[in-house]
Amino acid sequence: MKHSFLTALILIAVIAIIAVGSQLLGIRLYDRIATNLLISLVLVVGLQTFMGNSGLLSFAHIGFMGLGAYTSAVLTIPTQMKGMALPDLYEFMKVVEVSPLLAMVAAGMLAAVVAAVVAYPLMRLSDAAAVITSFALLVVLYTVMNNWSAFTNGPRTLFGLPKTTDMPVAAIVASIVVLVALAFKESRTGKLLRASREDEIAAAALGADIPHLRWRAFILAAFIAGIGGALWGHFITSFAPKAFYLKETFLIITMLVIGGASTVTGAVAGTILITFAYEGLRGTEGALNATAFGAGQVVGLTEIVLALAMIAVMIVKPGGLFPNREIGHILTRARRKKETVA
Amino acid sequence: MAFAIQFVIDVLSLGGAYALMALGLVIIYGILRLVNFAYGELIMVAGYTMFLASGSGLPWIVMAVLAVGMAILFGIITDYAAFRPVRAKSVTAVLITSFAFSNLLQNAALLFISPRPRNVPLPDIFSQTVSIGGAITPVRNLITIAASIVLLAGVAFLMRRTTLGIAMRAAATNFTMARMLGVPANLVISSAFALSGFLAGVVGILWIGRIGTVVPGVGLEPLLVAFIATVIGGMRSLPGAVVGGFLLALIDTTLNYTLSQDLLKFRDAFTFSLVILILLWRPEGLIRGPASGQRT
Repeated sequence: MKHSFLTALILIAVIAIIAVGSQLLGIRLYDRIATNLLISLVLVVGLQTFMGNSGLLSFAHIGFMGLGAYTSAVLTIPTQMKGMALPDLYEFMKVVEVSPLLAMVAAGMLAAVVAAVVAYPLMRLSDAAAVITSFALLVVLYTVMNNWSAFTNGPRTLFGLPKTTDMPVAAIVASIVVLVALAFKESRTGKLLRASREDEIAAAALGADIPHLRWRAFILAAFIAGIGGALWGHFITSFAPKAFYLKETFLIITMLVIGGASTVTGAVAGTILITFAYEGLRGTEGALNATAFGAGQVVGLTEIVLALAMIAVMIVKPGGLFPNREIGHILTRARRKKETVA
Repeated sequence: MAFAIQFVIDVLSLGGAYALMALGLVIIYGILRLVNFAYGELIMVAGYTMFLASGSGLPWIVMAVLAVGMAILFGIITDYAAFRPVRAKSVTAVLITSFAFSNLLQNAALLFISPRPRNVPLPDIFSQTVSIGGAITPVRNLITIAASIVLLAGVAFLMRRTTLGIAMRAAATNFTMARMLGVPANLVISSAFALSGFLAGVVGILWIGRIGTVVPGVGLEPLLVAFIATVIGGMRSLPGAVVGGFLLALIDTTLNYTLSQDLLKFRDAFTFSLVILILLWRPEGLIRGPASGQRT
């Protein structure tokens, strides 16, 4: 328990360093990248609460992020803009306008409720079938977002969200999410779930109701994803359903897996590492496009490198950078070792 | 009557294609308990091979054979690139490498070919229609039905009567035991990937034959179809894959005929809800396959 506390302290310190550091540098581009990083952190740590503890891969996470983003948008777009931004919106919704903070909580709640309803039967499925259905669930959420014009403006870009997410807000939410993820991991549900991850039959024999445990983790993950979506929506202020699909799913799964899905430390480390790699590669792609040696646009290079990195990590270190111990645990162990040597 | 014929032809042609796709996925899953996310990209590879060969002046049938050959080759490459190195590690590691490999292939097509749709050469017969008992249907639907009958029969024969098929089924039932009895494991696995690539290649030609163009993301829809069909039918059973494919086609076609234009946009959501209902009733899928042993 002591090292959990240390882990929380270190991870929040890292978040604070990113936030304060980018503020001090005072370069707008860095500020944007750092805010983006913290929002990704919310999403990746959210995914970790399900994937890390249950051991099941979930592809639907970005779908719940989209749900959150749209919920918050519908609730916060100023009433005088709603006619323009969402021409097909239901009449009774046209007068609603709540504060972004409230909308963010509502976004999380709605994502959690939807997750609770659709995922209950899915949690009974075994490993591969569970992954496949979560993949199908992502497609369904995407289909709905793309076509439910009344709420989402269809495949067109939705605009007009108030810009309320800035660095401090993102840093605070990210810190809270890290605390929640660590607390969940150490909770009774989290521990039983991790037992089921290691040995399903043994855990069930001890009386763990595995589908129910997985269901709880899935709801928590969806809740965090919904909040992450709202956070992102109020940062970017205009988006289309395209933003919540496979490319983004691939990115957050890469972050989590390279960092190490089983630990919150891994989720944080992976997010930071991949954000930097991604921005660096995007820069390279941009530079290549600027020089434009005739051949046309360079697209997809970033994803190719990330995919290769992911395959390489899986071959060399399948648990990711932090496969089973949190940073606090690693440090206390290292110190104890030194003491015994001395 | 015409309507009934139309409906049956639609279900059978769609179901045939779905069944073949699901079969290609289940052959791998049955033996290795591995889900191949890069399966859809084999269809993309077949499509781009047709596009790249279209300027060569070869007869269409040669291009088609070339495309299927490339799909088989890439099927085997998938084994070497994404599965063999992590086969002994966790299920999640394998899922992730195949997902990454799928992304790699898609983005390679994006980078080296084009993000825009490319035309694929098709023989005239693909765009003709015929009238059967008053129902007008494209000839390509009949070709799909014929091809799926031949291939399903072929796969059934291969699996039941040939040494390779028996070895594959033995490996699917109990891999370790099969290995101890002298079944060459790596050869069996590579053959399974080749067979899976072959099915994807043929389906690719039929599938792309409907659309006429190929884009980097073309494999997503067939992949999803194959996924859902296998989950409904039962992940471990070859007949299950076929049943799942036809059932999914029946659901899809029925929705196509009955839903209003407004609701049709949400067809995938309806299909998926039905899948959830089926899974509530039978979490293992409709047909339970042989209990499979430990993965290597």
